[in-house]
Amino acid sequence: MATLLSVSSLATQFSTRSGVVKAVDGVSWNVEEGETVALVGESGCGKSASALSIMRLIAEPAGRIVAGSVMFKGRDLLALTEEEMRKVRGREIGMIFQEPMTSLNPVLTVGRQLTEGLEIHLGMTPTAARARALELLGMVGIPDAQRRLAQYPHQFSGGMRQRMMIAMALACEPPLILADEPTTALDVTIQAQILELMKSLSRKLGVAMLIITHNLGVVARYADRVNVMYAGKIIEQASARELYANPRHPYTEGLLRSVPRLDEPRRSKLAPIEGQPPDLTHLPQGCSFAPRCRWREARCLESAPELAAVAGEWHTSACWQAEHLGAVAAA
Amino acid sequence: MSAVVAKAAEAPETNPAQKLLEVRDLVMHFRVGHGLFGPPGLVRAVDGVSFSLARGETLGLVGESGCGKTTTGRCVLQLENPTAGEVIFEGRNLVGMEQAQLRKLRNRIQVIFQDPYSSLNPRMTVGQIIAEPIAVHGLERDPSAREERVRGLLVRVGLLPQHAHRYPHELSGGQRQRVGVARALAMQPSLIICDEPVSALDVSIQAQIINLLDELQADFGLSYLFVAHDLAVVRHISDRIAVMYLGKIVELASRRDLYEAPAHPYTRALLSAVPIPDPAMEATRERQVLTGEVPSPLNPPSGCVFHPRCPLAIERCKREAPQLRAVGSAHQAACHLV
Repeated sequence: MATLLSVSSLATQFSTRSGVVKAVDGVSWNVEEGETVALVGESGCGKSASALSIMRLIAEPAGRIVAGSVMFKGRDLLALTEEEMRKVRGREIGMIFQEPMTSLNPVLTVGRQLTEGLEIHLGMTPTAARARALELLGMVGIPDAQRRLAQYPHQFSGGMRQRMMIAMALACEPPLILADEPTTALDVTIQAQILELMKSLSRKLGVAMLIITHNLGVVARYADRVNVMYAGKIIEQASARELYANPRHPYTEGLLRSVPRLDEPRRSKLAPIEGQPPDLTHLPQGCSFAPRCRWREARCLESAPELAAVAGEWHTSACWQAEHLGAVAAA
Repeated sequence: MSAVVAKAAEAPETNPAQKLLEVRDLVMHFRVGHGLFGPPGLVRAVDGVSFSLARGETLGLVGESGCGKTTTGRCVLQLENPTAGEVIFEGRNLVGMEQAQLRKLRNRIQVIFQDPYSSLNPRMTVGQIIAEPIAVHGLERDPSAREERVRGLLVRVGLLPQHAHRYPHELSGGQRQRVGVARALAMQPSLIICDEPVSALDVSIQAQIINLLDELQADFGLSYLFVAHDLAVVRHISDRIAVMYLGKIVELASRRDLYEAPAHPYTRALLSAVPIPDPAMEATRERQVLTGEVPSPLNPPSGCVFHPRCPLAIERCKREAPQLRAVGSAHQAACHLV
C-alpha cells in the first residue's frame, strides 16, 4: 500500500497570556491508502491541534504552525496557497467533526449543503448534484431522502445530523476522511450505528480514515494502527492489536488499566493514573509524563526519551523503560 | 394524588428497615410549546417510576439522553415539583412538604454535578465555595472552626489545605470535581445524587474520582443515586441498577443479574453497543446494533415504548404496555417476552 498522508516533525504553537503552548511538539506519523489510523489522547494532548494543522485551520495569529511538513499525495499541504488549500478541504480530505450542529450551516437546507460542494469541487450541474445528494443520503441510511433534502439541520436528530456530516464528507469521494471525535456527542446505541456505518463505508469505498478520539473502546474496534499522544508528543505507536496486548509506554498501560471493562470481572478498586494532566505552559524538563509515572527514575526527570522501536511488529515507544515494561508484562 | 396512579410492582429490596429513600410512582410531565410555535404538548420526562435505596447502597440509573434519569434525580432533590408520586426520604414524603421543613431535610441530600466547570462559582475561592453551605445552614457558626472544617474536607477529598485559597479556574477538571465532592460532603448528607460525575473528566482522572466516591461511601455510610450513561462505570460503582427508557424503568436488577443475565431487549442492546478496549475481543464479538432512534417523549409510541426499535417485538407490544414485574429474586423487567 502506498502512503497517502505523511506528517513529519509537525509543530504547532499557541501564544497565550500565560506563555507559549506547544500544542503539537514535533510529531511524525502517516496514513496508508485505505487504512484507519487513530490519534488517541486526553484533552490538551494535541490530537485536535494536529488535525487542524493538517487542514490548515489553526486560528492565526494566536496559533502558528512553526515546523514540519504534511505530505499528501506528493504535495506539502503546508506550502500550498490558501486558494489551493481550499481545493483540498472537502475535495481531497473530507471532514467529520464532533458536534454536527455547530459544523452545519443552520440557515441552509441539508440539500444545499450537500450540493454546494459537488457543484464547486466537481463542477456538477444542479440537477446532477441533486441526484448525487439523494444517493448519498441513501448510502448513509437517511430514510425519506427526497423530503429530508428540503429540511434544515435543526429538523434532524443528533444521529441523523452526524449521518448527514458523513454524507458531506463522502460527497466528493475523497481518499481520506478526517474524523475528530465523530461519536462523542452521541448516545451509545447511536454511536454504535454511526461507527458501523463509517467502518462499512470506508471499507466499501476504500477511503482511508484518521480518527481522533479519547475513547479507547472506539479505537479498539475501528483502528488498524494507533498513535498515542501526551502533552503534544506521540509517546507510543503500534498496530491496534499490538498496542492493547502489549503496551510499552506507562501512560498507555495506565490508560488501559484505568478504565473499567464490561468483559472483565469487576475489580474492587480501579487503578487510576495518579496526579493531574500536565500544564502545557510549564512542562517539566524531562519526560512530560514523569510526574505521574509509577516507573519514574532519575533520568526521566532530566531528559525526555525519543520515540524508539521496541521488539515486536511495527511498534515504537518514548520511554527509557520500554523494553523493561514488556518484560514485566510478559512475566 | 398517588391514589389515582396504579400501584407499581414492589421493587426488589433488602431489609425494609434500612430503606433510606423510596420513590413511588413518580411522574414528571412538562408542558411545552405554548404561544407562537404550534399547539402545546406534554413531555412525559418521567412516567411512573418506582425504586428504593438502602443506607450505604448505590443505585445506578442508566439510559440514553432524554430517558428521564436526570429529571428523576432532580425530583428526588425537589428541584422539580413532580406531577404525581411520592419521594420518601428518611421516612417522610418530600413532595408537597412545607418549605421550612423541606429545607432542613434536604440538607441531607446533596448533589454532585457533571460539569465541574460550570457548577462552581468562578468568583469564589475554593474555601468560600465549601464554607458557604456550612455557614448558610448554620452547621458551624464560628468562622475559624469553619475554616478548619473546610481544610479537613479538602484533605479528605485528596486536595491540599492551601487549595482553599485558589479559584476554580486555577484547578484541573479532576481537582474541580473533588471540590464539588467536598462541597457535597460539607453538609454531612446521607444521600448524594451523582449526576454524571465523571463523564466530563479525562479517562485517566475518572478512576481517581470513582475510587474517591467508593472510599467516602465506605467511611461515611453514604447512599448514592448514581445517574450515568457509561455502563462500565455504572457496573463498577453500583449495587443495583435501574435502566430507563423514555421515562420508564425497563429493568431493575442487582449488578450481577443485570450484567450477566440482562432480561430486557433494550438492556441487552445497550450492553452490546459498548465498545470494549481490546481489538482481539472486538474482532470476534457479536454485535446487536439497534436500528432507529429514541422517539420523542412528546409523543411516545403506543404500548411498550421500546417496541419500534425492539428486535423481538410482537403484535401485543404495540397495544399493551408491559408492567415492571419480577423475573428473578432481585430482578425486575418490563417486557411481555421475558
